[in-house]
Amino acid sequence: MKGNTVLRFASLLFLAALIAPAHAELTIEITGAGEHQIPIAVVPFAGDEKLAQSISGVVAADLQRSGLFRLVNPGGKAPHQPNEVVYADWAGTDALAIGTVTAQPNGRVAVEFRLMDVVRQTELLGESLSARASQARAIAHRIADMIFQKMTGTRGVFSTRIAYVNKQGGTFRLVVADSDGYGEQTVLTSPETIMSPAWSPDGSHLAYVSFEKRRAVVFVQSLLTGQRLLLANFEGSNSAPAWAPDGRHLAVVLTRDGSSQIYLVRPDGTDLRRISFSGAIDTEPNFSPDGQFLLFTSDRGGTPQIYRMSADGSGPADRLTFDEGNSFSPCYSPDGKSFVFTRLLNGRFYIAVEDFATQQVQMLTDGGWEKRPTFAPNGKMVLFANEAQGRGILATVSSDGRVKQKMFPQAGDIREPTWGPFLNNNLN
Amino acid sequence: MKNVALSILMVSLLAACGSQPPKEQPAAQTTPAAEAPAAQPAEPAAPAKVAADPLDDPNSILARRSVFYPLDVSVVQSADRAVVDAHAQYLAAHPGTKVRLEGNCDERGSNEYNLALGQRRADGVKKLLIAGGANASQIESVSNGEEKPKVSCHAEKCWKENRRTDLIYNR
Repeated sequence: MKGNTVLRFASLLFLAALIAPAHAELTIEITGAGEHQIPIAVVPFAGDEKLAQSISGVVAADLQRSGLFRLVNPGGKAPHQPNEVVYADWAGTDALAIGTVTAQPNGRVAVEFRLMDVVRQTELLGESLSARASQARAIAHRIADMIFQKMTGTRGVFSTRIAYVNKQGGTFRLVVADSDGYGEQTVLTSPETIMSPAWSPDGSHLAYVSFEKRRAVVFVQSLLTGQRLLLANFEGSNSAPAWAPDGRHLAVVLTRDGSSQIYLVRPDGTDLRRISFSGAIDTEPNFSPDGQFLLFTSDRGGTPQIYRMSADGSGPADRLTFDEGNSFSPCYSPDGKSFVFTRLLNGRFYIAVEDFATQQVQMLTDGGWEKRPTFAPNGKMVLFANEAQGRGILATVSSDGRVKQKMFPQAGDIREPTWGPFLNNNLN
Repeated sequence: MKNVALSILMVSLLAACGSQPPKEQPAAQTTPAAEAPAAQPAEPAAPAKVAADPLDDPNSILARRSVFYPLDVSVVQSADRAVVDAHAQYLAAHPGTKVRLEGNCDERGSNEYNLALGQRRADGVKKLLIAGGANASQIESVSNGEEKPKVSCHAEKCWKENRRTDLIYNR
């Protein structure tokens, strides 16, 4: 079977670089604010200014981007140790992040940071972290995650990663980056379209669609070794990979038996079986967090809408979207209680969320060229592709629709973003 | 193998009958006669005969290599049926010729939905070609979805150009 062919990294000429860091700077625009913003001050850490990358600056930017914090300007006050904090100076601020950064002779960076509760005048967090100097942003994201969790009760996503496709001229790059868009690493470069990247649940692999064989085929690629597996290479189109939450199967869409239908396949390409039998277009499968259901797009009712079926294909499918317009690209929330999708209405694409219990649909965005939403793994933000100034960009919206961000790349068009899972990665 | 050879011969014969060009297109009239011997593999084709291939005739209906669709439609429209039928007859008369069908969509849909729709467009043309006498083995149908627009703008003047199936011959 063709789908079992394992291609080695070394044999692929167009796999330009496994981990090729790009030094693209992003411009980030934030609009809106959370309903109850937490006032917090991030005091520039002592020694931070000696680093190429300010750690406390990244911490502050992370917290601000979440929309849940209001950054209080330290205004020249610069405590770095608990005994230097004069609480009376910080009235109106709930918490204070302070710390010191030390560049060590061995090329590592050590950070000591504390989160102080201004109201109770106590230490909420005290942590020491160290990593290679090149990992300064990772340290900062880790600190921001700790602060976010302490102050909101929800796990932060600043240390998670996103994947997307950057199209520049006739070159497509599959890219993995930090959730703030920095730290781009090129996973695959191709002169043909790359689309529909999908993270494995453990964050170790990406499945994606590539047109490198002059038609759509599905690959699974290890982010650790670069090794690729040609997962689905049947006649016609092979597309829309989605991982089951246990990582043991993927759903893919094939046209080998007629119209686009959903199949399950193991990550090694074996045990392929068809699970949808509509004769219409069934595509964009997405697993529920418990693995029991699939959302998908189908035109079986005449227009493309969102449906839900059991993940083993048994029983009938339920239609979930009914309103005016066409609906595409469903994605479950991490708690399984809602899903985001793209709605095309009167020529504009919107990001919308539907609650399963109430079947209420809320438009999260103002409409435009907005496509392919995915939830952050904590469910608090939605990442999607947008267009601004004639270019493809990354955009996020908080899951309540209040805070919006646009992230402009330095070059190229960004498309097909997808938010990766929580990682239990260690700093090194 | 004998059966295969026989059926190829039959297809050739059928094609020779079926491919009488319409009288109002004199430029194409010489072609079937010239092409019939060329279909027999043993006989080398003379240069003059190759030049007479109706695919190369800009006035032939075969010069039209695209069919177009309304939004979200994958059925070949009546205006384009004659084009598809002519290509079917040509393929039937030239069993050694292969064609690649590329379905395309405008950008109003998700990339994945459009990939599926483009495939359905290409497959729809493939079915008509087969119904018109072409052999399935001559035809590859693929989809570009919305990934290869002929023209790019967020307006119907571009979209209508992009909703199409292209017939691309490999000769």
